[in-house]
Formats: sequence, structure tokens, C-alpha cells
Amino acid sequence: MDYLLNEQQIMIRDLARKVADEKIRPVAAHYDETEEFAWDVMKAIADSDLFGVYIPEEYGGLGGGVLEMCLVAEEFSKACGAIALGFAGTGLGTMPILLSGSDEQKKKYLPDIARGKRLAAFCITEAEAGSDAGSIKTTAKKEGDHYILNGTKQWITNAGEAEIYTVIAITDKTKGARGASAFIVEKGTKGMEFGKKEKKLGIRASATREVIFTDCKIPAANLISKEGTGFIVAMKTFDSSRPGVAAQAVGIAQGALDHAISYSRTRVQFGQPISSFQAIQHMLADMATQTEAARALVYATARMVDSGAKSVAKESSMAKLFASDIAMRVTTDAVQIFGGYGYMREYPVEKYMRDAKITQIYEGTNQIQRNVIALNLIKENLKKK
Amino acid sequence: MNIIVCIKQVPNTTDVKIDPVTNTLIRDGVESVINPFDTYAIEEGVRLKERFGGKVTVVTMGPPQAENALKEAISLGCDEGILVSDRKFAGSDTWATSYTLSMAIKKIGAFDIVICGKQASDGDTAQVGPGISTHLNIPQVTYVKKVEDIKDNKAKVERMMEEGYDIVETPIPCLFTVVKEINSPRLPSLKGMMRAKSAKITKWTADDIKADPKSIGLDGSPTRVVKIFTPPPRKGGEMLKGETADIAREIVELLKDVVI
Repeated sequence: MDYLLNEQQIMIRDLARKVADEKIRPVAAHYDETEEFAWDVMKAIADSDLFGVYIPEEYGGLGGGVLEMCLVAEEFSKACGAIALGFAGTGLGTMPILLSGSDEQKKKYLPDIARGKRLAAFCITEAEAGSDAGSIKTTAKKEGDHYILNGTKQWITNAGEAEIYTVIAITDKTKGARGASAFIVEKGTKGMEFGKKEKKLGIRASATREVIFTDCKIPAANLISKEGTGFIVAMKTFDSSRPGVAAQAVGIAQGALDHAISYSRTRVQFGQPISSFQAIQHMLADMATQTEAARALVYATARMVDSGAKSVAKESSMAKLFASDIAMRVTTDAVQIFGGYGYMREYPVEKYMRDAKITQIYEGTNQIQRNVIALNLIKENLKKK
Repeated sequence: MNIIVCIKQVPNTTDVKIDPVTNTLIRDGVESVINPFDTYAIEEGVRLKERFGGKVTVVTMGPPQAENALKEAISLGCDEGILVSDRKFAGSDTWATSYTLSMAIKKIGAFDIVICGKQASDGDTAQVGPGISTHLNIPQVTYVKKVEDIKDNKAKVERMMEEGYDIVETPIPCLFTVVKEINSPRLPSLKGMMRAKSAKITKWTADDIKADPKSIGLDGSPTRVVKIFTPPPRKGGEMLKGETADIAREIVELLKDVVI
């Protein structure tokens, strides 16, 4: 499918593919096994300038948007959905600054992120606040020119490795959802610690840790936007970041599909390659069609976000929901086509299936995405009357 | 520090086929790439610039489409590209090529280091680098695997040998040919690619570099290719079967016949 990308987008996609093929693919199995963070790959991504594709030129980036971020996330994820998160998780952590930060905050943090000098992470989830983000307990209390943070964030992607954290904390308990605020916390701040690294089913090369704040004192200037806008900042962030997760899912699906096609041509049973059997052909045809449909939805959504459209929550949720469900299905079928070999860790496809699962869960479970979509459908219908 | 890197555009060797009748390379439809050995020269040039400051100028002699190779070199960190291109250069052997490149380098002006790949993957002669240094009358160190330091108008480098390496100190300006052990070439960067896209490649003809007409192209090439052929495939070795001790005895007897 030709998505009529412009010259710069094609350049970005082709370079991301090159980085994926030459720097990520050869080490994907290694880092999946060791669960280490792929700093050597991060360095290669930084050298390629790809960390800056979605950051405006005035802050040292390339001036692209969500579509450019998606192109890179997809290409990286074709090779490894986990290492891709060093890039995509940084995108998520950067969005609050990019979308809602002040000019000073942008000047202070974005150039380093664009250069890949520092990674970022977004902290909202807590033990008792997952889908119900409104029940977060982490507090931020203003004292003079500072805020004092207390609380524990959980399952934070890039935690420990990233240097810039955007954190949602409660500044006014009495105001419910309007009592949350967003802050920037730099690694190394006194009172900020990291929990042990989580052991996961998939995306094992991605670092997931607790971020613990104990009387963590940060300058008041690190408040993003105004007090009480924390959830608005978070929702705006998700509107722009969910297409990125969707792109990761498309990449994972495509990567598994590519493996399945190649394998089906070389695996001989009953005296012929299994690709000659209609049973396999139809599976491949469905996998390819579903993946392409997901890609089309993701790119269309990303373009809508980049156009500056006012409300994109429904579309972002649709892209994330559809692409991640497709990724799960396609990767499961890829394992099926590989048969017993597919189940073996020596072969590449079971990893895609493990990595795909998280895309249905994080940045809002797919059940939450359906809530968002349905809520918007009802709102739109109400307006018509 | 002014660094000049000489490169060549070659057919991508991963998909090269030989015409069975003429025994020459089939170049039609084959993608052209930067000679793989030259990518190490480019990387080393850029690294020397990063270490010591200065500027990297990349030069190639070739047809107009060799401009793409120069742009790729710019995307990898080189500052400027010069394409030396003229129909009069057609048929150049290594002697005429190294003369032509040396004339282009003279036109560039002052320089400190010239870097070439150790050889081209299509001709495999490894003669052009040394040829350039001879025409320029500057010292050369071939098979460089590490540039230890450049200071006080001297360069100290490691030269790869079959067993181990030599440490060579040479006055600059000088010329190095580099081996693949010297570095691991980087991937292009987006900013580099964009700079390459808008980069203006300087184009010089035979007249521009004041080349002596008798020294360039076919006329300037003393080499004559008498015959090109594909060597016959090697016969498989002899396989010995049986008990290990018997085989060992048999090998000893065979070695006596063959070697002694």
C-alpha cells in the first residue's frame, strides 16, 4: 500500500529500517534473553537523529509529528518491540512537555531528548490506579518555591534508564480528577528511587520499574501547565501517544508475518513447501490484510493528530485497540504456521507473540479504549440532537 | 586538519554475476554502492575530524551517477564532495586513475591526510592509493588499522601485518590506505541525509584539474588486459576412510610424497 508519504517521511522510514535491520535485529534475541537494556542500540538511534523526528526544529528536532514517530516505532518494532520502547517510551514521557510544557521547559529538556542524550518516561500508573487513573495516591505538596512528592509509581517503562520523568501527582485531594497536576522530575533528584526491575512475559529488553518518591523536593518551575490540569495533560498525552503504541503493534505484526512468509516457503512437509498449501496461504492472506488495515488506521489517525484536530481521543483509541488486537492475532497465527518450531525460543516468532500481548494492555487496556470510543460515540450523538 | 578521502563507486558485490561468454562483470541493472573498503576510509576521515577538528573532502573519479556515492559520504559526515568526471577518463587503469585523482587533490589545495580504502571490491588491485601518494610525492602507509595520534606534523599509525602489526611514524601530509579492522562505519544520520540532499557537489573535468591528456583515460593507461577468465573450480580434497590410526599412518605417507 502506498501511503503517499513525503520525501522526508520516506527518508525517516528508510533510515529507521536500516537501524532496525543492522542494529536491532541482530541483538533482539540476546536482549530478550538477558533482559538487559540495549544501550548500544540507543546510542545508534541517537547517532541517527531519529529520537528527534517528532520534536520541533526550534528545539533541536526534525519538526515532524506523530506520523513520523509512528513510522520509526513501527520499523523498530518489526525487529524488536521491546528495544523499540526505548524510543516509544521516551516519546510518551516527552509528550506532556511537548504538548503542555512552557517554552522554558521545552528549551530545557527537548533538545537533549531530540539528540538522544537523555531518555524520558511517563509515570501515572500506581498499584491501585491502573485503568482507574483517578485514584492515584502520589501527592505533591507546595512548599515555598518547591513541591514535595510522595508516593510510588508502578510499571514505569524506561524507569531507571531514563533521565527525565513526567509524573502525575495529586495536588488537591478535595478536587478529585481536577486535583491532579503534572511535574517534571529529573533522575538523581534526592528522594527519588527506583524499585527492582520487573520480570515480564514479553518486551523483556524494556526496563520496567517502580519509581518511588519519598519527600522528593522539586522546583516549582517543574510544574507542567497549571495545578489541577494533570489529567488534561495526561489525556492529551495519550491522544498523541496511543497511535505510537498502535504503530508498535503494527510493527510487531508485520515482523511476525515476514518471518511466517519466509518460513512457509522453506518448510517442507508432504514433499512440498507448506506455502503451497491453501490452509497456510489463507492464513497468510488474512494476516497481511489485517496488518495492512491496522497500518492504514494508524497512519490516518496520526495524520489527523498532526493536522491539529481538536478531538482525537476516539480515533487514537480506535487505532490502539484495533492494531493491538490484530498484533495479538497475527503473531499467534505466525507461531501456528511455524508449528512446533514456533513454540521454541530458538526461533524468532514466539517472542513477537509475547511482545504483542502488552500492546493490548498498556496505555489503557483495550477495554478502556472501548469505553473511550463508546463514550465519544454517545457524546457525538447527543450533540446531533 | 584537512582530510581528503578518495572513494569509488562499485557494483554491489552481493549480486554480481559474470558473463560466461566474455568473462566480464555484468553491470546492467546492478546497484552501485560505495566500495565497501572505502566506507572505512570515510568513517576514519570523519573520526579524525571529530578528534582533531578540520574538514573532510571526499573525491571520486567516475561517471555522473557517482555523485550519489559522494552524497552518501556527506550523509555519513563528510563536509564536501568533488566529482571528477569526463569522458576523456574512460578506460583508465590504476596508473591513470591515481594520476587523475592526484591532480584533483592538487587542485583542492593544502591537505594533511589522504585516506583510501585498501582496495576496490571490483578490481582488487590495491594500487590506486599507493599510486596517488607517488604522484603527489608524499609518504604512504598501507593497511592502516589504527591511527594512534597526529601531532607536531607527524602521524603515528598501526599497520596491519600477517602476524601482528607495525607501528609507523610518518611526517604529514601523507596517505593512508585502511583495512576494515580500523573502525566500524556508522549509519547515516537524518541531519546528514538532509545535508546530503541539498549539498552541492563540485564537478571537475580533465581541463579543470589541468590533467595532461596523454596521462589520462585509455591513452594514459599502460595496462593491457590480455585475458579475463574464471579460474576452474578447485577439485575436492581426497577423503580417507577407516580407523583413526590407519588414517594417521596413511596421511604421513601421503605427506611424505607431497611435501618432502
